Amino acid sequence: MMDVLVQQLFFAGAEVWLAVMAMVLLVVGAFVGNRATAAISYASVLVLAAAVAFIIGLNGHPRVSLFGGAISTDALANFGRIMVFVTAALAIVLGDRWMKRVGLQKFEYPVLMLLAALGMSVMVSANSLISLYLGIEMQSLALYVLAAFSRDNPKSSEAGLKYFVLGALSSGLLLYGISLIYGFTGQVGFAEIANALPTSSKVGVVFGLVFMLAGLAFKVSAAPFHMWTPDVYEGAPTPVVAFFSSAPKLAAMILTARVLTEGFALATPEWQQVLIVIAVLSMIFGSFGGLVQGNIKRLLAYSSIANMGFALVGLAAGTAAGVQSVLIYMVIYMLTSLGLFAGLLVTARQGRPLESFEDFAGLAKVRPGLALVMTLLLFSAAGIPPLAGFWGKFFVFKAALDAGLVWLAVIGVVLSVIAAFYYLKLIKVMWFDEGDRPVDGIAWDAGLVALAMALFVGPISWFVLPVLEPWALRAAAILF
Amino acid sequence: MAALLLEYLPIVVFMALATILGLGFILAAAIVAPSNPDAEKVSAYECGFNAFDDARMKFDVRFYLVAILFIIFDLEVAFLFPWATSLMDMPKDVSIFAFWSMMVFLGVLTVGFVYEWKKGALEWE
Amino acid sequence: MGLYDIAFYIISAITVLAAVGVVAARNPVHAVLFLILAFFNAAGLMVLMGAEFLAMLLVVVYVGAVAVLFLFVVMMLDVDFVRLRQGFAQYLPAGLVGAIVLLVEMLVVTQAAKDIRQPMVAELRHPENVRAIGYELYTDYAFYFQACGIILLIAMIGAIVLTLRHHPNVRRQNIARQVGRRREDSMEIVSVKTGSGVEE
Repeated sequence: MMDVLVQQLFFAGAEVWLAVMAMVLLVVGAFVGNRATAAISYASVLVLAAAVAFIIGLNGHPRVSLFGGAISTDALANFGRIMVFVTAALAIVLGDRWMKRVGLQKFEYPVLMLLAALGMSVMVSANSLISLYLGIEMQSLALYVLAAFSRDNPKSSEAGLKYFVLGALSSGLLLYGISLIYGFTGQVGFAEIANALPTSSKVGVVFGLVFMLAGLAFKVSAAPFHMWTPDVYEGAPTPVVAFFSSAPKLAAMILTARVLTEGFALATPEWQQVLIVIAVLSMIFGSFGGLVQGNIKRLLAYSSIANMGFALVGLAAGTAAGVQSVLIYMVIYMLTSLGLFAGLLVTARQGRPLESFEDFAGLAKVRPGLALVMTLLLFSAAGIPPLAGFWGKFFVFKAALDAGLVWLAVIGVVLSVIAAFYYLKLIKVMWFDEGDRPVDGIAWDAGLVALAMALFVGPISWFVLPVLEPWALRAAAILF
Repeated sequence: MAALLLEYLPIVVFMALATILGLGFILAAAIVAPSNPDAEKVSAYECGFNAFDDARMKFDVRFYLVAILFIIFDLEVAFLFPWATSLMDMPKDVSIFAFWSMMVFLGVLTVGFVYEWKKGALEWE
Repeated sequence: MGLYDIAFYIISAITVLAAVGVVAARNPVHAVLFLILAFFNAAGLMVLMGAEFLAMLLVVVYVGAVAVLFLFVVMMLDVDFVRLRQGFAQYLPAGLVGAIVLLVEMLVVTQAAKDIRQPMVAELRHPENVRAIGYELYTDYAFYFQACGIILLIAMIGAIVLTLRHHPNVRRQNIARQVGRRREDSMEIVSVKTGSGVEE
């Protein structure tokens, strides 16, 4: 029994390591106090880096099921973990520096980030409905706190509260769905559900599935469960939002892909319909909603809603190529979005962050470098070839076309053209509008992150994509 | 099933008694007690005065902090209960595993407790 | 109709009425009291299903702690409930649509209820509820159990991060310092020359 346990703990090494180190850093912080915040932040980055190194070391290992089928270590889980840990590390660096500037530095920030990353790690490797729920709760609970982190700012508190209340509602939907599925199939493990499906009551399972998808749609902020997104994005601290818009969505997407394909492959036509509706609605709300926004963070919130719609198009295809396209799309979206939010953090006017269109007017004259970086990122988000964003959309729509969802792909292309309008509007404001009010100095940490992401969506992606594509395919192939 | 329900018979009897007694006293007071209200009798005393303000007011969030921390430890104790009752009946190697599994759980929450303590969340200023 | 059915219908009727009361009560304190009634009856339903331990837990945790905290909040906190209610009519249509959709879905699901294959309470290895949970939770389900521990830890951190404030002007008693104080720390014997006073 002991050696089995040791072996299982080894394969869950990343999770165990994160949990232990988060607690160690928490205790260190409690004893040393906020003086140690910077040190704890960098230590957390190292912890995440070590976890990534460990997972890369596991690369190529066949699937191992752990803890009685609660989670598994496989190519898809490892793909998700690596991406989540990398974004969490970037968000910790961004957040720590930013909070130091605004005088909000607390050592709990990196610790909560580590615990959120732990929750996402459970999500991407979940193999049963219980670990699905626990992973989501672990992640969300840490994120609710992070959203309200600048607690003296009423908007931040409001963001945290809204996120919490709606998140609790979605957890309720999710649990109701899970209980229906458990009741009608008698199982909680994904593989066991798949086996029990042919003899189960179809009505019950499908209703459970719909409730579960509604709960998951809340977590990825897909329409019609997207109402919280703009308010939360506007109110929460910007580095936290950068994290919100990236890792949790990837984790929830992978989780959705896994539960649908591993557990409910036999109900594919049913969930396909639901996903198509959610995808189309998200694209519509995200594309049109973004057009009327004056605040850039709200705009990016609508952009993320639309992007979830595009990613769900790939998932709706229900094929390995579809899941592969979702993974590629999500990675590109995540890095673009991180870059854009980092760009918002780069500079300020007399300590006030740049958040509205007027703030950006004529930015190219005072900060041409930043304007260039933002432009590159925005072009990529709009899907202009040959930037990375284009390739993400290309893979997604191709997967939909190959699966015979021609009209869905057509709707997607049309709406991505509409969504492109608001990205281009921001570019136009930066380069051609009048307004040369001075801005404060550059925050180099955020600047470097934004620059790195801009380079990524530009030239680097041409070298990364040929590696990313087979990697994502290997990860997606696990499910089929 | 009926046997199970019969086990709860004392509780049902208890509930019924509580309801009957409670309702009985209220009804008795309504029926038996004399009641001749007039405007002077039910108004505030001449030496008293009406309330200036609502009884509700802003409250130190510290009270809630203590309450929330209590709930967390309450849940922790709830986890201890089945453990304590079943541990001794398990086969030896299983019970060792179950024992350490609980120790890890308590360890995690002790870390939280140390954090609370050092942060001064349990201090009343 | 046996004893069991009678008990079930009474308890579930009270649960539903109490739930309606929570929403409909004008006074928020009454709403919380209705909530407590609903919790109690939900615990009763769990007993009927044979999940006794969960029923007791519901009473201890939800009634004993959570609901009392709610009560504390609505009784003490400066919340303008009249203003909170103002949006009610405005959101009513959307809420009604949601409620009707949920109702229809549940009705459809109940049509399939005969196919439920998991008994309300799973077959237990041990007739006693608490022990049955004990056998499973700490061994086969140890991973979930530890995950719960981490979630509770996050809740603790969150509660402290969001609410704890130190008031800078409060004097605290430092017992260690108080006990460790020696005579030399606070007393000094000086011989004072007449007319010159004591210098620092």
